[in-house]
This record gives sequence, C-alpha cells and structure tokens, in this order.
Amino acid sequence: MDTDQLIRTLAADNARHAPRVGALLTTGLLVAAPLSILIFATFLGVRSDVMSAMHNPFFDMKFAVTLSLAIPAIIISLHLSRPEALMRGWGWLLLLPVGLLAVAIGSEAMMAPAMPMTMRLVGKNSRACLSAIPAMSLPLLAGALFGLRHGAPSRPALSGALAGLLSAGLAATLYASHCTDDSPLFVATWYTIATAAVTAIGAVVGSKVLRY
Amino acid sequence: MRGREDEWTGLMRSAMAGDDAAYHRLLKAVTPVLRAAARRGLTRAGQPPDQAEDIVQEILLAVHLKRHTWDSEAPFAPWLFAIARNKLIDALRRRGRRIFVNIDDLAETLPGEAPQETASAGEVTTQLNTLPQRQRDVLQSIAVDSASIKDTAAKFAMSEGAVRVALHRGLAALTAKLRNH
Repeated sequence: MDTDQLIRTLAADNARHAPRVGALLTTGLLVAAPLSILIFATFLGVRSDVMSAMHNPFFDMKFAVTLSLAIPAIIISLHLSRPEALMRGWGWLLLLPVGLLAVAIGSEAMMAPAMPMTMRLVGKNSRACLSAIPAMSLPLLAGALFGLRHGAPSRPALSGALAGLLSAGLAATLYASHCTDDSPLFVATWYTIATAAVTAIGAVVGSKVLRY
Repeated sequence: MRGREDEWTGLMRSAMAGDDAAYHRLLKAVTPVLRAAARRGLTRAGQPPDQAEDIVQEILLAVHLKRHTWDSEAPFAPWLFAIARNKLIDALRRRGRRIFVNIDDLAETLPGEAPQETASAGEVTTQLNTLPQRQRDVLQSIAVDSASIKDTAAKFAMSEGAVRVALHRGLAALTAKLRNH
C-alpha cells in the first residue's frame, strides 16, 4: 500500500471519534472497584470501633495520606497520556502524601506516646497490610491500565508506575478503614512497602501494555 | 516555520470538527516532514534509508488512532513530533539499534526540502494480508481501489455503518500487528 492510499484510508475513517482517555480510565476503575470492594468485604471489613476511631486525628490522617497519593496520581497519569507531556512541573504533586506523613510523624512524636515506638511501627497488622493492599490494588491496576492504554504515553513504564500508585492509593484508602494501626509510623512503613510493590508491578506491566 | 505549524493546527482543528478534506490535507502536508525525519533517523542509525516509508506509515497510523489525545487548545506540531519521535525510536530499536532521536530534527526540516512523491512500503501491505477477510476487503477497496464508503458498502452488500466499523477495526488491527511483528 503506498502512503497516499494509506492517507486516503485514514481520512475515510475520520468520522470515527474515540472517547477521551479520562472517560475510559473512569470506566476501567469503576468496573474494577466492585472486585476490590468484594475482597475488602470478604476478608477485611470496616473496623468495629470506627465511630470512636473517627475522633482520632491519626485515623483521619490515613485517608488524607492515601487520597493525596491516589488523586494526584490519577491527574498525572492522565496528563502523561498525551505524547508531548513531560513529568516536569507535575512530580511535586506526588510529594503531597510524603509531606502529610512527615507532619503527622512529627506531631505524633511531640505527643506523650501511648505505646512504645517499636510497637507503633510494627503494629498488629503489618502482614495483613502487605497482602491486603496489593490484593485490592490489582483489579484497580488492571482497570487503570485498560483506561490508560487508550492514551499515547511517551514513557509507558512511568505511566504504568503511576497506574500502580493510583491503584495502591485507592486500595490503601479502603484498607485504612479496616486497619487498627493508626500511627503515622506504621503507615509510612507498611503502606509504603505495599505501594512500592504495586508501583513496580505497574511499571513492568505498563512498559509492555502501554506502548502504542 | 511558525506559519506552517499554525496551518497544521488549524487543519487539525477542522479535522476534529469533522472536516475529512482538511484531515486529508493535513496528513499530506506532514508526510514529507515525517519522511525526511525517518530517513535521517535511519541514516544516523546506520540503516538503509529505503525503509523510511514503513516508518512514515506507522507514524501516520499512530497519529490517526491517537488523535483524541491531542488537546485542541494546544499547537499540533509538538504533539505530532512527539508521536513521530516515539514511533521512530520504536522502529529503530526493533531494527536492532538503540538510538536517541532529537526532537529538533523534526522541527528543523527545511520547508524547501523537495516533497518526495508517494512511496510504497512493504510492512503495511504484508500485515494487511493477515487481517480477517472482511477488514481486508474493506481496507483494500478504500485504499487501493479508491472507493468511497458508500461504494464499498454496495460492493460487499454491507451497511455503511458496518463498513466504517470494519475500516476502523482493520486500521487498529494493522497498527497492533505492526507494533508486535
């Protein structure tokens, strides 16, 4: 086929309009969410003392941290779905959860400790945290990659890593309502390890499936 | 240079608003620039420049299938060059050399560079033959026989909607095959 013929063929297909990447990312996440919620409802569930926990600022802080990871990761992944987009000027958004955690750790350190530091750090749920967050992330990661495949990212591994971050952030938001370890030290340690694992999976899978 | 790129942006806006002729003109206008960049990339990678047309066609297919990622408020050229650069790097890598492509190479093509006549490329044709019968028939009718969608529908006793679907699926399948071959 010569190039003029190809151009004519493409022009004939011009009427066909694809939905925006954001619409498909939303669809992917909405289709995947029930699966993650099912895992949550079957194996975890909301902690029984949730009503009193809500008065604890460190409980609330967990949601601020996880959502301040998930929402910027969604925004940046959509930005990077345009081929000419650069990470420059956007990466600082990912420092939001880090900053929040640092403030939380600092304020906890200034309070009279309810428990020794090692107990706050190790907590009771570290193993559950390390398996539950990745497990609930995987359906969301698949949904995010499905949506982002529709884009044209110049760095597929980076976009895949962001898909990992956003799905881990959403999964961690669910998990935070189950987990009774509210210390920012616990969150900074175990949530971070779980998130890093999901991000690495996202980067590896993304480098394959997000090429266009 | 500015004028040329503004013209592209205008054409692309019209194209996205449904003007097929503007889209056709835009693709014709960018092709010599893409071709020159592909030739330069191949030469620099120590590859024969006669494979440039395969790369040009791959870029055009990617432009087509990813045009919804272009922000109509933004200039068209940076978007186009980013797609072209990605496809060029992919193509050169597949040919066994890791190579860096400078985005300025694309922008700096002299406007006076002789527009080459259209050229044929082997890869699209080869992959075309592996498509399902219906998609292949429709693509061939429109591409090779220059038939309209309406005529193609009549020829194969299909509805125009079915022709459009087969055409679009065929182009998407072709692109996937080129990427993975």
